[in-house]
Amino acid sequence: MSAHAYKKKNPIWDWLTTVDHKKIGILYLVSGAFFFLLGGLEAILLRVQLLYPEFDFVGAATFNQLLTMHGTTMIFLAAMPLIFGFMNAIIPLQIGARDVAFPFVNSLGFWLFSAGGILLNLGWFMGGAPDAGWTGYAPLSTTSPGNGVDFYVLGLQISGIGTLIGGINFLVTIINMRAPGMTFMRMPLFTWSSFITSGLILFAFPALTIGLALLMFDRLFGTQFFAAEAGGNPIIYEHLFWIFGHPEVYILVLPVFGMFSEIIATFARKRLFGYSAMVFATALIGFLGFMVWVHHMFTVGLGPIANSIFAVATMLIAVPTGVKIFNWLFTMWGGKVSFPTANLFAVGFIPSFVLGGMTGVMLSVPPADYQYHDSYFVVAHFHYVIVGGVVFGLFAGFYYWWPKIFGTMLNEFLGKLHFWLFFIGFHLTFFPMHFLGLMGMPRRVYTYLSGQSLDEANFAASIGAFLMGIATIIMVWNIIQTAIKGKKAGNDPWDGRTLEWAISSPAPEYNFAQTPLIRGLDAWWLEKRAGNKGMVPAEPLDDIHMPDASILPFIMSLGLFIAGLAAIYSMWVIAIGGLVLTVVGMVIRSVIDYHGYHIHKEDLPAEGGKGK
Amino acid sequence: MQMKRWKNVWRFLPLLSVIALTLTGCGNEQLTALLPKGEGAEMQFNLMMLSLYIMIGVFVVVALIYTIVLLRFRRRGEDDNEIPEQTEGNVVLEILWTTVPIILLLILAVPTVMATFALDEGTDNPPEDALVIKVTAHQYWWEFEYPDLEIKTSQDLYMPTGERVYFELASKDVLHSFWVPTLGGKMDTNTATVNKMWLNANEPGTYYGKCAELCGPSHALMDFKVIAQEREDFDAWAEKMQNASSQAATDQAQQGEELFANSCIGCHAVGGEGGNTGPSLTNFGDREMVAGILEHTDENIKAWIAEPGEYKPGNNMPAFGDQLNDEELDALVAYLNGLKVEE
Repeated sequence: MSAHAYKKKNPIWDWLTTVDHKKIGILYLVSGAFFFLLGGLEAILLRVQLLYPEFDFVGAATFNQLLTMHGTTMIFLAAMPLIFGFMNAIIPLQIGARDVAFPFVNSLGFWLFSAGGILLNLGWFMGGAPDAGWTGYAPLSTTSPGNGVDFYVLGLQISGIGTLIGGINFLVTIINMRAPGMTFMRMPLFTWSSFITSGLILFAFPALTIGLALLMFDRLFGTQFFAAEAGGNPIIYEHLFWIFGHPEVYILVLPVFGMFSEIIATFARKRLFGYSAMVFATALIGFLGFMVWVHHMFTVGLGPIANSIFAVATMLIAVPTGVKIFNWLFTMWGGKVSFPTANLFAVGFIPSFVLGGMTGVMLSVPPADYQYHDSYFVVAHFHYVIVGGVVFGLFAGFYYWWPKIFGTMLNEFLGKLHFWLFFIGFHLTFFPMHFLGLMGMPRRVYTYLSGQSLDEANFAASIGAFLMGIATIIMVWNIIQTAIKGKKAGNDPWDGRTLEWAISSPAPEYNFAQTPLIRGLDAWWLEKRAGNKGMVPAEPLDDIHMPDASILPFIMSLGLFIAGLAAIYSMWVIAIGGLVLTVVGMVIRSVIDYHGYHIHKEDLPAEGGKGK
Repeated sequence: MQMKRWKNVWRFLPLLSVIALTLTGCGNEQLTALLPKGEGAEMQFNLMMLSLYIMIGVFVVVALIYTIVLLRFRRRGEDDNEIPEQTEGNVVLEILWTTVPIILLLILAVPTVMATFALDEGTDNPPEDALVIKVTAHQYWWEFEYPDLEIKTSQDLYMPTGERVYFELASKDVLHSFWVPTLGGKMDTNTATVNKMWLNANEPGTYYGKCAELCGPSHALMDFKVIAQEREDFDAWAEKMQNASSQAATDQAQQGEELFANSCIGCHAVGGEGGNTGPSLTNFGDREMVAGILEHTDENIKAWIAEPGEYKPGNNMPAFGDQLNDEELDALVAYLNGLKVEE
């Protein structure tokens, strides 16, 4: 397919320098999957420790490191990059664009994320991982001995910059790069929800950055922002963390709501029921998501007025979420629903997530929350929404878009086995945790005493966790099998509705030889129903302008990585050297023009030219 | 005949399930929030149930539609190529599933706000005759001070039943959270601010308390007990605490007292005397547990003094295993076990 400048490229160099959104998407997916397995392994170790009362497997100190790194890894290093992976791989295809608005920034976002993620995990090998919980509450985090929490503070700041610029990139991409006719109210729901999520990232991540920066000053430079004896107040950190932390929940879950909307509609062979209601519900959830952070702090002692206001605001979120559930159900109502693995995860998500939503409303009641808070009830709740919602969604999206991203079909039998084992393991793990919490078990405890009636439910939860582990191994096996001898996928294996299914699998480097004309919601479905073989082009066939690959994002991220690592050990000369490396990268990028290159229309493969 | 027997079984089923739940499903009755034994815990339990019932109602509706969808609207075989009608949506339905939840949430919100204020009632200005207890959390133990009674103790919290007891909560080091599930919900102990709450125990008994905020390696082991007594029993206890003697009764205990005065008193107070970086031991002999987690036996006391980090990793007490020999440990144990105010 190629007669352009790339043909002799070393593959490693190619992956390090790529600015192609599809390749960056794959990079995100691969590293997200790696960290998902790592976080899963940490969870398994936690559950082994909790198999029996007063059991000694990893011990108290390691347990706290594991629980901190499990949460931090799963949220920041697994769920976030997997979502960014799908956004990268799919959104430009869905809106008929050739790339994202800022391909260079896109690559920089990925490399910053990976630099931060690696830095965060280095603690394991350099004297102890972070151990103050994924929330990193001061003063525990500011007084935690050793360097563990420094890895958390600096790793998250670096990967946070990556996430922030990634979010900005997608905001601009979705606003500016839509194909002719792709109005906002014709955008697929995954694009819509990713758009709203990007907005949330823009407003939420700065709060986290500030909180982490203050922690960093307290730990590395001797300030006392959170030290009560010096007039500081740790509650400020809690506010900053949750002003970020609550929207973060929606940053994770809104894109998968979008995925479900498309997967359910595709496999029901029906248009999404109440499209505009779904869009407004998504926007409303995003908006309200910023108004409810104090419900993570009901027991902090902010008083009954604050607690009541935030309680009612929290309850309100249930309304748009309920609207979504009913719209999904009525999308299937009257449809012709089939159940490949992708849709099994989507359909399995509905009751699981509704249970998480139920406990969410229960948690919004402050007096009851005084009992639930920081108990296993909360652990059950947020795993019901994050595993039952986000992880189910990522699995669904994974099975659904795999053919488009890699051009092969995953094994359906192994996929179904994966679903059923994971679904059963998930409920077996987390359902008993509701009762553990109500029976008086606080969260984040490395052990529990015998004779407090907590044994059976903990044992069940651990067995469930092992089942989820086995299910995940089956998925990995499925990926390996498919990589070796997967059968080739067609362009449109699911009878899809949105634009990405109109082009070849995997998509060519330039996505669309001719930018398509969008004639309505579910653009590809409309053309298919009208009997067309492809999209109608919105422009004549011409040379395609492509952005230049660049090693600079990698080098700039490497500079921040060096700076962060050196700062942890107070090696300031090296730290400044790292920052200088980053700045030099920025200067080079600013002063040298990159003209990109063209793929000539004569070089486009005949069948690649969609529309003819 | 057959029918009738089944009928009877059905009649007993709800009863059986309630008993089964009470026996197995609600947990340890000194620890669980599901069998509330305090005014606050009851209010909280009632709200839990109200919200649960509303939510079960919603779940039933969702489950019903879900089941119908999965049964009726499946694709029949690979060659089922029928294209269903592409419905855009339905405004009436959208309004319905927007307004009904709002009404349900209003039903929940009103008692929620009322209870939120009720649980805070009087905490800023407790009634004059009310008992106020200052709780100070430390890594990894609890200090209880009764300012009006001039009593200070630790690990075992004594309180009267049948009245609201007011708490002022704070922490000395990192954030902790004070939680006695059976009597009422938790409240964080902060470093920069003092939090206030009340608890009211319905009946005498011993209730387990936990720390509910990650506070370091031994967070899991930061247990305490609440001993609720009738008012006159509590008053008697308070008086005994005020007059507690730290005099050793035997020669061995005498030796222990001297050791204590040399090695321990810098951190541990007995009566009014001694430091307060470690738990007060005035009524140590009365406590059911050593350090809140070990059964109260001579062996456990000795093992704890010798190597505290073994039992509560990361705690601040130094190990005395190298400094004290067996005889000295025995003497200390004898002295400590003699520190009691109850029979």
